[in-house]
Amino acid sequence: MATAPTAEAERPRTASDKPVQNTRNTVRFLLGLEPVQVALDDPNLTLLEYLRVTARLTGTKEGCAEGDCGACTVLIGECQDGRIHYSAANACILLLGMVDGRQVVTVEHLADSGPNLIQRAMADQHASQCGFCTPGFVMSITALKLSLGEDAAADLPDRALIDENLAGNLCRCTGYGPIIEAARQACAQPLPVSWQAFSSTALAVLAGWQQDPSALHCQGRRGLFAAPRSTVDLLEYLAEHPQATVLAGATDIGLWITKQGRQLPVLLYLGQLPELKSLKNNSDTLEIGATVTIQETQPVLAALSPDLARLLCRFGSRQVRNVATVGGNIANGSPVGDLPPALIALGARLKLQGHAGQREIALEDFFVDYGQQDLLPGEFLASVIVPLKNDIQFYCWKVSKRFDQDISAVLGAFAMQIETGSVQRARICFGGMAATPRRAYHCEAALKDQPLDRQTLDRARDALERDFEPISDLRASSGYRQRIAGNLLEKAFLSMTGAQPAELYDGFLAPGHSHD
Amino acid sequence: MVSSHPATAMTDSSQIHGTPGQALQHDSALKHTTGEALYIDDLPEPAGTLHLAPGGADSVCGQIRRLDLSAVQSAPGVIAVLTAKDVPGTNDISPTHCGDDPVLAESEIRFFGEPVFAVVARSHREAREAARRGQIDIDPVEPVLTIDQALAAGSYVSEQQQLQRGDWQGALQHAPRRILGRTVSGSQDHFYLEGQVSLATPGEDGGVHIHSSTQHPSEIQHAAALALGLTDAAVTVEVRRMGGGFGGKETQAAQWAVLAALAAVTTGQPVKCRLDRDDDMIMTGKRHDFSSEWTVGFDDDGRILAADIHMASRCGCSRDLSDPVNDRALFHADNAYYYPAFRIRSDRCRTNTVSNTAFRGFGAPQGMMIAEQMLQSIAHQLGKDPLDVRKLNFYGKNQRDVTPYHMRVEDFILDELTEELENSSGYRERRRSVDEFNSSNTILRRGLALTPVKFGISFTNTALNQAGALLHVYKDGSIHLNHGGTEMGQGLFTKVAQIVAEELQVDLKTIQITATQTGKVPNTSATAASSGTDLNGMAARNAAQTIRQRLTAFAASHYKVLESEVAFRPDRVRVGGIEMSFADLVMQAYLNRVQLSATGFYRTPKIWWDPNKAQGRPFYYFAYGAAVTEVMIDTLTGENRVLAVDILHDVGRSLNPAIDAGQIEGGFIQGMGWLTTEEVVWENDGRLATHAPSTYKIPTCRDRPEHFRLQIFSRGENQEETVYRSKAVGEPPLMLALSVHQAITDAVASLINEAELPHLDAPATPESILAAVDARRASTTP
Ligand SMILES: Cc1cc2nc3c(=O)[nH]c(=O)nc-3n(C[C@H](O)[C@H](O)[C@H](O)COP(=O)(O)OP(=O)(O)OC[C@H]3O[C@@H](n4cnc5c(N)ncnc54)[C@H](O)[C@@H]3O)c2cc1C
Ligand code: FES
Ligand code: FES
Repeated sequence: MATAPTAEAERPRTASDKPVQNTRNTVRFLLGLEPVQVALDDPNLTLLEYLRVTARLTGTKEGCAEGDCGACTVLIGECQDGRIHYSAANACILLLGMVDGRQVVTVEHLADSGPNLIQRAMADQHASQCGFCTPGFVMSITALKLSLGEDAAADLPDRALIDENLAGNLCRCTGYGPIIEAARQACAQPLPVSWQAFSSTALAVLAGWQQDPSALHCQGRRGLFAAPRSTVDLLEYLAEHPQATVLAGATDIGLWITKQGRQLPVLLYLGQLPELKSLKNNSDTLEIGATVTIQETQPVLAALSPDLARLLCRFGSRQVRNVATVGGNIANGSPVGDLPPALIALGARLKLQGHAGQREIALEDFFVDYGQQDLLPGEFLASVIVPLKNDIQFYCWKVSKRFDQDISAVLGAFAMQIETGSVQRARICFGGMAATPRRAYHCEAALKDQPLDRQTLDRARDALERDFEPISDLRASSGYRQRIAGNLLEKAFLSMTGAQPAELYDGFLAPGHSHD
Repeated sequence: MVSSHPATAMTDSSQIHGTPGQALQHDSALKHTTGEALYIDDLPEPAGTLHLAPGGADSVCGQIRRLDLSAVQSAPGVIAVLTAKDVPGTNDISPTHCGDDPVLAESEIRFFGEPVFAVVARSHREAREAARRGQIDIDPVEPVLTIDQALAAGSYVSEQQQLQRGDWQGALQHAPRRILGRTVSGSQDHFYLEGQVSLATPGEDGGVHIHSSTQHPSEIQHAAALALGLTDAAVTVEVRRMGGGFGGKETQAAQWAVLAALAAVTTGQPVKCRLDRDDDMIMTGKRHDFSSEWTVGFDDDGRILAADIHMASRCGCSRDLSDPVNDRALFHADNAYYYPAFRIRSDRCRTNTVSNTAFRGFGAPQGMMIAEQMLQSIAHQLGKDPLDVRKLNFYGKNQRDVTPYHMRVEDFILDELTEELENSSGYRERRRSVDEFNSSNTILRRGLALTPVKFGISFTNTALNQAGALLHVYKDGSIHLNHGGTEMGQGLFTKVAQIVAEELQVDLKTIQITATQTGKVPNTSATAASSGTDLNGMAARNAAQTIRQRLTAFAASHYKVLESEVAFRPDRVRVGGIEMSFADLVMQAYLNRVQLSATGFYRTPKIWWDPNKAQGRPFYYFAYGAAVTEVMIDTLTGENRVLAVDILHDVGRSLNPAIDAGQIEGGFIQGMGWLTTEEVVWENDGRLATHAPSTYKIPTCRDRPEHFRLQIFSRGENQEETVYRSKAVGEPPLMLALSVHQAITDAVASLINEAELPHLDAPATPESILAAVDARRASTTP
């Protein structure tokens, strides 16, 4: 470990200070089709501020500056396997350095020679009133359209898929009906030929940049933004800058900047590390790299359980899921993160990597206390390993005020091993019930080797009272949380005994659609 | 989805593009979608523009002991720091000038986050960063936060008001049946997508020009003039469009405009004040939350004999618009029902929270909710379908038709409208299928409700019911249209342009819609009370008719024909035997020195109000509608889902069915949010806990059910002489959402067959629904 962290921020840096040699000191990206290079004076600069203030592209709006309203939605184009892949993202909490090597598409770029089909569809359907949310919706519908098959008529999105793509865009005026119709109208039409030209021009540029192995190292007056391209380099940076913030999707970190007014002097971006992006599906485990996004986990985790599928489709919004990472969801140590309780119930383990090498711990052991995780200085989270077991029944439910894009009041996850009508083993974990995601050990014990009957349920419910003393906050009272925990256990019982007839939210999930 | 009907005013078989009745796009629709529509923060900034951020108290109430702004002063980029001492004129932006709404707090903090100083810096971010560094020490006193605390402490912003008629006490006493109930509805943040923003530029003679995102430019103008010690004439306020208003940019826009103006005048540079979302939610007022107790007496059929209603609302730390808001609540505590005898009282509580303000519906939703809960309770006790009890209590025609404020209801159409909706929605079959579903499900339960809306149209303050317009016709025949109404997304500019197009029979594209500007039309009223089109449409029509009359007189004398031989036809004018284009006639008129610019004016007829007697005709007419909502709840978690909505709404003769439908759907969903997910939470220390969309949840796309059938009442026609017999549509549809709350209550009630209706507060969050479910289930255990 490097020492003397105190003077670090003030010490003037020179190029030779870089732990990594082949570096580039400007962020390079395509703005529409225009290649742009920006020397980052402030590593905390958001893409939105850059677009609105520097580039004077004011079609992209700020409605909240915290990723919750979608008014700032842009498309990020990325070159993957020789194709360009577009996804919607919230520019307000994306940092400019994160778009290095990528294409940024704003509402202005869609309408280069008059409004395009999506823009026209929005107008045709009377889908704008005050219009402030409209550019964001246009971008989200564009992303939806681009995710569908070539044959527009054959691959129409159903309502659930539209919702999954648009729930991150708030509109206060229209009541959404006309916007949904506009999405349908636009998706039924073929993409304009000009789009083909636009994206292939962009692809050529991005593919060219991909060949350039230089890593981003932007030292500005207000700090450093670096994007190492190997874990070895990352470890060196970490050693060199003990005060560094490891940056993944910025869906938490972005808010520290825009909402808490924090100035982060050193940001180490993980998005250029191929090692952390892999998703390995082995026969008995699933290994998810730390920077795999929530969206990318959807197909694999949804295959494990329909409840997980439902959970993922309401995690944040599509814009958030596209950038938020699994590692970030764990590393932030939040007591109300959605993946940890589910993964803990599934028996997941965590791979941590530091100077001293790798270590593996049970996921629940990572969460020590509120704001305190088992992460050593200079260490980062490499992956999470989920065992694949056929002999468990898995259930999880998230309860919040609003179905989409809300933080859980309570999340209960239940992995049950049942044999001949009795519980062999139970792993139960809750979010929102304690200072960390926490297993319900008393409850698990009360279930072990017990028949699936009312008595067992009552005893297990009582045991939950010993497991948790939840707090009251704006999302829920302590009493409600406690009551919900027991009721979710009851739901699990009903499901195991086949007595749970239907879910309130059945039909809220897009069936049979690949979520790229 | 939307039914329309031809406009009455049509004279020709061919139509101009723009005739009232056509479902035209919003004038900015394409610009919205391409990002070309400019909001204030998008305008190119004048050279040297500085940025302002307010600095708020981080304590709830007490006298300011010490204000240390040295760290703010020395923060990077800071140009100036302003406090109350820097306000050269009157430090008050109260809409009633009662002196209780300082631009910046001088000696006393009254709510958490109250602005005390303002930082002017080179960038928005520097201003915000510096604003965090203020040190405001106060001598804290015990705050009054809730309605109950205020009632106990006798803390009010103004006097209690009441309406009463007949021997309500006797009637209640002798009524065969009585129910005592409580109705609680929560606050609501406007959550306009564009936050508060102003850009002020200093001008000559100490004057200032202000771009403000406001529904009330004239009030901003006056507030800025007072605060800066200028005349109104020295201040110009302009607004092209807002990114949503909903009442939240009526009085609440003033502070930021005045601060920007103050800073501009002080520094001599343009200054922009754009509130961050958190500041916006913390520092600006919201919907009044209400807590009301009532007793209703009725007969065995369910007919109301008497009611005694006591409502109390949380007004926050100042009066603002709380008096008219609460008056409107009083005026709508009947909704659509006749009360033979009653006493209705309204207490306006002063609390140490941000001052509550106008919000779509303006107190009416809170008042109506009481009526609807009474009706549902009565039906439940009698074991009747609430719809039948509602119908029984509807206002009569020529009898049982006098409202609590002594105005006769002369245009009641809810019998017909409700019947049509009852049939088109299949209400009775739906009721049976809901019952059937519930008989075979214990965990998931369904509920159904049909609720009506009757909403009074006009400002309750009679003087505000006036409007002006300004119309210029240029030599090429193009038309510059201006009026006092503001565009916040509601489509006002489009509708008014349609009216002018109709009057002059010109295509809509010849009419240039322009920004509202106090220099063009003076002394305007707020664009509020749903009256934007009624008032400004009429004023613009008046101006257009003046132009048309001048052109007619000119053509008659110039071409030597009778005035009756001059006819404005689609895109042309017939003068005797010849036809010419509108532009040609205009050019002729110009050459012959005819004035081609006109002002227009309108004042609503018939209305009056005597506040001392609490009597009058505060409303020109009523707008009506009804909705059927079906919901499902999960009785283990309290989660709910709206399954189906059927709406039939009266807009008179629609000026633009597409825009009207947009108002109806948008209003409904906004009302649904108020009653379900949108919970404004205050911490015990007076801090607002829900000050961003991360914690405050308005409906999303998914919350809007696929089954959403919206019809405009095809027989609608305003009995009064409004513009082309249309009706106002901005606010009334919000209250259609009361059906959502009633349907949820219905679902909870279905659990146990018991005479008492479950008690369910609004918003019906999963937590409050589960509490109601648990209480319901517990009520069987003796
Ligand atoms: C609008 C919105 C909605 C949201 N909704 C949800 C939701 O429904 N459910 C939910 O659970 N969360 C939600 N979140 C929270 C957030 O999106 C998630 O926690 C997300 O997974 C964080 O990942 P990230 O990659 O963006 O993390 P970042 O913001 O990049 O980082 C978060 C923290 O983790 C650290 N970190 C990240 N990766 C690593 C690593 N590999 N090793 C070590 N440390 C690391 C960072 O240093 C930082 O401290 C929401 C956020 C927003 C803005
Ligand atoms: S501004 Fe609201 S999500 Fe970005
Ligand atoms: S149109 Fe106003 S917020 Fe969507």
